[in-house]
Amino acid sequence: MKKKNFSIPGISWQKFQSLIAILFLSALLALLTDNFLSTENLWNVLRQISVNVCISVGMTLVILTAGIDLSVGSVLALGGAVTAGLLKNGIEIPTFNLFIQFSVMGAIIAGLTVSTFLGWINGMAITKFKVPSFIATLAMLTMARGLTMLWTGGFPITGLGDSFTFIGTGWFLGIPMPVWITAVVVGLAMVLTNKTKLGRYIYAIGGDEEAAYLSGINVKKVKMIVYSLGGLLAGVGGLLVTARLDSAQPNAGVGYELDAIAAVVIGGTSLYGGRGTIMGAVLGALLIGVLNNGLVLLNVSPFWQQVIKGLVILIAVILDRFQVKDN
Amino acid sequence: MVESTQLEPILEARHISKSFAGPLVLKDVNFNIYPGKVTALIGENGAGKSTLMKILSGVYTDYEGQVILGNDPVHFDNPRQAQEAGISIILQELNVLPNLTVAENIFLGREPETAYGTLDKRKLNKDSKRYLERLNLQIRPDMRVSSLKVAQQQLVEIAGALSYDAKILIMDEPTSALSEKEIEILFEIIREYKKQGGAVVYISHKLEELFEISDEIVVMRDGKIVDTGHTESFDRNRIVKGMVGREMGKAFSRRKLEYGEEVFHVSDFNLSLKRETGDCILNNISFSVQRGEIVGIFGLMGAGRTELLEGLFGVFPKQSQGTIFIEGQQVTIDSVEQAIRAGMALVPEDRKTGGLFLGMSVSQNLTLATLVSRFPGIFVPETSERELVADYIEKLNIDTPSPQKPINQLSGGNQQKVVISKWLATNPKILFLDEPTRGIDVNAKREVYELTNQLAEEGKGIVLVSSELPEILKLSDRILVLAGGTITADMDRSEATKEKIMHAAILNR
Repeated sequence: MKKKNFSIPGISWQKFQSLIAILFLSALLALLTDNFLSTENLWNVLRQISVNVCISVGMTLVILTAGIDLSVGSVLALGGAVTAGLLKNGIEIPTFNLFIQFSVMGAIIAGLTVSTFLGWINGMAITKFKVPSFIATLAMLTMARGLTMLWTGGFPITGLGDSFTFIGTGWFLGIPMPVWITAVVVGLAMVLTNKTKLGRYIYAIGGDEEAAYLSGINVKKVKMIVYSLGGLLAGVGGLLVTARLDSAQPNAGVGYELDAIAAVVIGGTSLYGGRGTIMGAVLGALLIGVLNNGLVLLNVSPFWQQVIKGLVILIAVILDRFQVKDN
Repeated sequence: MVESTQLEPILEARHISKSFAGPLVLKDVNFNIYPGKVTALIGENGAGKSTLMKILSGVYTDYEGQVILGNDPVHFDNPRQAQEAGISIILQELNVLPNLTVAENIFLGREPETAYGTLDKRKLNKDSKRYLERLNLQIRPDMRVSSLKVAQQQLVEIAGALSYDAKILIMDEPTSALSEKEIEILFEIIREYKKQGGAVVYISHKLEELFEISDEIVVMRDGKIVDTGHTESFDRNRIVKGMVGREMGKAFSRRKLEYGEEVFHVSDFNLSLKRETGDCILNNISFSVQRGEIVGIFGLMGAGRTELLEGLFGVFPKQSQGTIFIEGQQVTIDSVEQAIRAGMALVPEDRKTGGLFLGMSVSQNLTLATLVSRFPGIFVPETSERELVADYIEKLNIDTPSPQKPINQLSGGNQQKVVISKWLATNPKILFLDEPTRGIDVNAKREVYELTNQLAEEGKGIVLVSSELPEILKLSDRILVLAGGTITADMDRSEATKEKIMHAAILNR
């Protein structure tokens, strides 16, 4: 398969690929439906993908090091539940007759700390005890879900107050809050991967871990940071979900890891590590989001939606293979 | 002995041309292989040697021209067909399945069956044994290949090729993983195979080997055959002339000896590694390197050459002890980062697995170790990075269209220069070079030699590990020999000879 030379410096054909797919799909939906192009619907799409984008950014970092993080959905649930629980009920320690009430900020920080810590444990298992990332994070997927059930008692925690739900439902300067938060996450992650030494090390480790080690890179430390960031960003996703629904669901985030992996892969990041971009994952998530939205607007049955989504992922990966061959 | 001119070739390749979606990589090549002869094929990287061999062995199926085997034109659709027609190829990279046994590897895909259709292990092992014995290999056929040393694995591969009753055996750089002793065994096998009428095509960059083993030499350049003849009629200059298209200037010559104070010293270095691939134990290693001195370390495969360099470089902080001084100052080295900061640099053995990030650009490869050690802060300093890269591209004459080019698009020699630049950029006081010229062509080799020399002249201490004796002899001021986990000889270049070094290297075996 011979393609024309699309190698404009700084812009990879990969990005074009998802972008063209998104534009094509959008044009199609604009023709086929009345309300796809309405401002309300477009904001809706962006708000809906914001959670997946946050998780996908963390997932991109992990996959760039040639790892995988299957635990993000559960970590998201626990992070959200911890924040919601502390906000609603505080902590009561009867033996000391102690009761701590949390402010919104305090509860958010606590939730993010817990999810970061779970990511840190993933990192410890992977670097210190040499457990393959697939297994370590699979174990965490189960554990964090169990902890969420224990923390919530299996029931949703609701009624969290306007100042908290503002994060998920509010608007600022005409743009929904989740979109703001996600934009900041994406911006910081792009700086991290493109401008910092740590970003360079992440690519190097994914490219060849042995060579990275022999270049003086502290491979374990970098991986610890990456998995911790994966946990932190899952926590951010948890806040967004919880605030939007005004409810921490014990079953929140089930299967989200697969959507994130799909977004990352559609965005052209190699599962073997060392190759890929944050922007790719964002566009991947956007493509999935537009597709989901379109299929709903077109009244396609949910069963067919799954089939079509799967096909898109498969096609994206196959196109990616051609790309690698061409180089 | 019959002259080859009177011999009928067993294989004739006529007017072969081949392109990979672009310029021709083979241009109207005529190439003959004679029974009972070793035909050496030499040329720079990219000259078209491997492409030609891959056509003959059925790996590439799309080409112009004709291949005639015996008297019949043939066209193989896959390597299996070529093997069955009697043409086997041994590639540079190992092609064995480590989790199968030796016998299973030899008879892969053709395993003998019992009357019930199950695997006939007894016959499998018995038949394998025959081929192993033909190679003088003391290996049990039921051993797992993963438990063998690399060299033995390669010999198992050759046994597999022989088991097809190959009439033509193509070997692409078969000795790059072998020690001198193992190369001798291989050459014995080739001579024996020749006597039985087998034809060999032997590709190598090592001229000494070509002169030793071949009957005919074929030189390729830019997809064409530029020179052929009997081996006796060739000398080094004629080969080099054919390869590069001009006479090589004066052969590379050593600089004058002139060195200063001690830049590196290690005493009582011990290392104990327990690994699946074999344990490595080093005892009481002590040596020092002067400013401007090149110390060569020679050792046979498995002597622990690479492990010694890596151990000194902080790769195994928990498994090693010893005292290291740099410029007279004692330093603690518990990590690679500390080693780099202390002024050490290690250009690792295998360019592809240990030194290069194939997905990254020239620039990113070049500055990686420097980012770790010399640039403080969180961010990549873009201006300094650009300047540093431009500086080294010019200094080492790296041939790349742009610093942003992916490194895998550069030639092997230029890749090696990037790896060396990466380490020079850390401003080391002592430079460890582990097999710096493996797998690069003659010209690039010479440039690496010149560079090594120049670095020594600039006052760096250099430790050179090589499995090629001529390289060690040519470059080193002092030669250490590593054998049985310890240093068995330490000689000045004036007293060093090939024989003395080999004697020390096999002392404890």
